[in-house]
Amino acid sequence: MTLLDAVLFLPLIGFAALLLIPKQFSRAAALIISLLIFIVSLGLIGPYWFANPSGYVFTTDAVWINSPPIRYHVGLDGLSLWLVLLTTLLTPISVAVSWKYIDHRVKEFYAFLILLEFGLIGVFVALDLFLFYVFWEICLVPMYFLIGIWGHERRIYAAVKFFLYTMAGSVLMLAAIIYLYNRAGSFDYVAILSQIETGRLTFTPRAEMLLFLAFFISFAIKVPLFPLHTWLPDAHVEAPTAGSVMLASVMLKMGAYGLLRYCLPLFPDAARSSAPWVAALAITGIIYGALVALVQPNMKKLVAYSSVSHLGFVVLGIFSFTQQGLDGAVYQMLNHGISTGALFMLVGYLYERRHSLEIAAYGGVATPAPNLSIIFLITTLASIGLPSLNNFVGEYLVLQGTAMEHFTWTAFAAIGVILSACYMLWLYQRAFFGKASDGVTHHIYDLTGREWAAIVPLIALMVWMGTFTQSFLPPISAQNARILDTTHRLKTERVQILAPEAIRAR
Amino acid sequence: MPASFFPASAEYLRILPEILLTLFGVAIMFFEAVLSEARKRIFAPLAAAGLGAALVGSIVAYGSPGAAFHGMIIVDGFATFFRVLVVAAGLLAVFASAEYLWRENHPGGEFYALILFSVAGQSIMASANELIVIFIGLEISSIASYILAGYLRDDPRNNEAALKYFLLGSFATAFLLYGVAWIYGLTGSTNLEAIRLALSAGGAPPLLLTGAAAALMFVGFGFKISAAPFQIWAPDVYQGAPAPVSGFLSVGPKAAAFAILIRTFETAFGPIAHDWQPLMWVCALATMIVGNFAAIQQSNIKRMLAYSSIAHAGYVLIAVTAASQTGAAAAMFYLAAYAFTNFGAFAVVTHVARKGERYVKIDDFAGLARRQPGMAAMLAIFLLSLIGVPLTGGFFGKFYIFKAALDSNLVWLTVLGLLNSAVAAYYYLRVLVVMYMKDPDGAAESLPSAGPALKLAVYGSAIVTLLLGILPGFVLDFANRAALR
Repeated sequence: MTLLDAVLFLPLIGFAALLLIPKQFSRAAALIISLLIFIVSLGLIGPYWFANPSGYVFTTDAVWINSPPIRYHVGLDGLSLWLVLLTTLLTPISVAVSWKYIDHRVKEFYAFLILLEFGLIGVFVALDLFLFYVFWEICLVPMYFLIGIWGHERRIYAAVKFFLYTMAGSVLMLAAIIYLYNRAGSFDYVAILSQIETGRLTFTPRAEMLLFLAFFISFAIKVPLFPLHTWLPDAHVEAPTAGSVMLASVMLKMGAYGLLRYCLPLFPDAARSSAPWVAALAITGIIYGALVALVQPNMKKLVAYSSVSHLGFVVLGIFSFTQQGLDGAVYQMLNHGISTGALFMLVGYLYERRHSLEIAAYGGVATPAPNLSIIFLITTLASIGLPSLNNFVGEYLVLQGTAMEHFTWTAFAAIGVILSACYMLWLYQRAFFGKASDGVTHHIYDLTGREWAAIVPLIALMVWMGTFTQSFLPPISAQNARILDTTHRLKTERVQILAPEAIRAR
Repeated sequence: MPASFFPASAEYLRILPEILLTLFGVAIMFFEAVLSEARKRIFAPLAAAGLGAALVGSIVAYGSPGAAFHGMIIVDGFATFFRVLVVAAGLLAVFASAEYLWRENHPGGEFYALILFSVAGQSIMASANELIVIFIGLEISSIASYILAGYLRDDPRNNEAALKYFLLGSFATAFLLYGVAWIYGLTGSTNLEAIRLALSAGGAPPLLLTGAAAALMFVGFGFKISAAPFQIWAPDVYQGAPAPVSGFLSVGPKAAAFAILIRTFETAFGPIAHDWQPLMWVCALATMIVGNFAAIQQSNIKRMLAYSSIAHAGYVLIAVTAASQTGAAAAMFYLAAYAFTNFGAFAVVTHVARKGERYVKIDDFAGLARRQPGMAAMLAIFLLSLIGVPLTGGFFGKFYIFKAALDSNLVWLTVLGLLNSAVAAYYYLRVLVVMYMKDPDGAAESLPSAGPALKLAVYGSAIVTLLLGILPGFVLDFANRAALR
């Protein structure tokens, strides 16, 4: 029993506890439970505080099912560390932003939220392919209910679409996982990886490409990569604020995490050979998402499309196959989690006051609510990548890494950066500046204490991650170096093994 | 007269569950005639006791495995697995029906006697090693089921269901019997092992004839498992029959029919597996597609569950198509997980339908999560298991089936099956949507809380569904060992 097991199972215990606790205490209990989990999860930084361990820490490897051999194998590395912390940080924040917003079926809401946390943490720490798939699917159910029960008008449509899209993608992944098992004789990620690295497990190029695609499509839907993104705007617009925050900040990262953890190391050749296509889709997504965001009259939809654009950078960085590109991608995953999460929260704050998501319903908000406006401005600037705020670091690294290999990709992707400034600043101008209408002055009030408490940690992180990059980057870089190493070494070794035979054949 | 004409006592032990079921069934019929109205409450407990005894009997019989009655009956792991399964299904049916029968003013003992006889027939099917015994078991189970489907004789829906079930069922059984006759003519035996030997020996009869015989028998089995294109009866019967009976029909007889299908095709027709596999492949795919795409359009939940049970038969047929030991084990595990899941769903439907089954539309489940959160949560578990979401038995069932299929290189069938299960998610989600995301219909009659027996059936099924999803090892290991032949 390690600290990681505790962090993983505390949410499950919390879920059970929430179901048993009387309704009137649900809010407080959810807050206490999620804060407790966050505090416990801070301990996970421990091994990374002084040293930079290579490989996995806090591993537990136990038998779950005998035949076929499915193991409860979890562990933490530089890639999953911050994603787990992001999850545990955003859950109490989501509880706080829902405090007033969720006024019916409160107990179920918080129970589902904590259950979601369980699934998300599990996805990031599972080291057994089967276990990973289990957690991957578990995440689906609570989010489906969060959108479907507590969402806006078209919530049911959005919830079902969300579920079916993800389900359709993941069944293909399941087929690929079973195929991998049949070849490798194990579901264990570490074991399969070492078999591939040592050349004991090889695939024909066609089989490798099919396996890669089965995983890739499932992850690409989740990222979401253009053109598989169409579920996202619906899900975001209809979800309650906490649902949007968890969806944007953490759930979308499941896809990018999957690409880094599984697609690249397991199928390096297929990943490399498909990189130009993936990059093309990513760049299309960057520009398309930004252009669509530009013309949205609905604030949540605007932020949702901006996510499509931002996540395009992440995928581009991953498929640049450079150290900087991968580092930037992971950093950008965290940045997006924080700044877009904050944006969704702030839009939620506005909605709670004015009960509208239309930009046209606002204007001049800065007059009645100066503090809210300043916080929104900081978040906006972070989102468009202003230096000394977090997104700048990630976007810069992605662009630099990509430029080292493919300068044209960078040139196109950079258009997205410019466009992001356009749509975000234009949004800010229309919503916050100008003369306040009666509706706005009448309904809008400034941040309350609870709202401050929920947003301040994120603002602090934006500054911290933008200025003291070294607090976060070393574990990420080390892990990315290992991923890149796997893909490189594999290539050279195979060439060495194949070369003499190829000569003889001639 | 040779001494061996009288079977040894160990051989009687091997049919202990059938003996117990029959005795209790006859006892209930007898008490039905002599007891006063006021005492008729004892029938449900008596039937439950009979089934409990049969459950113990199955396990005791497994203590001395082997053949009995000149190889007509065989007690092995496979037989025991299905015996336990059908008896458990009967037990669930009794718990779910007790309250229902009082509600519908038909608290007769014959209902329970029929359940016991039907289970006895299924139990015979599970342990049959011979085509005639298979036929007898099938008939005992079916005839009792025909009557059960029409049990509320004043209800026209019940009459229609029973009549359809009976007419189509007897027609299908005739096919089966015709196939048996062919096989006997071709191989000179009705014993499964003997047929296997005859088919694998050098002078095996022409494939065309054995294939035709196998196909005729498959028509009979296909009807019972509601495989396309023999599934036409299932929606009408499940919709018309009393809800707990529909649940029972979708579980017990189906599992037993799969047991004989697997035993016949993998033992007797094992030597010609390569020839029947393509046919089974097509049938599996057609069954999944027909079931899933028809289920999408249903507004009546019983009918939707009927089509869904057709689709699930398709998934199990994938495992049968694999024609391997892992395939058989996967089918067994799936049928066990499916039995509890599906019966649980029907039990909740029984509860929500209220008197006269007037609330069986999917829309009638609106707001159930608010009215009775416990029942709604249980139905949600069953539906998630039917979708195949992890930590439920349905997920592991699907996983093992697709794994077995990939082991046998059925890549396309696996992919198509997985895509089918994604389609299926849609119609199960609809029920979840209505239960959790719609407001209750204010005009609807109030829903009294469920009685203890029904609750036991629902919660018991849910616990087993979750157990099979979290700790499937126990059942799976047994299935793996049992499928080893």
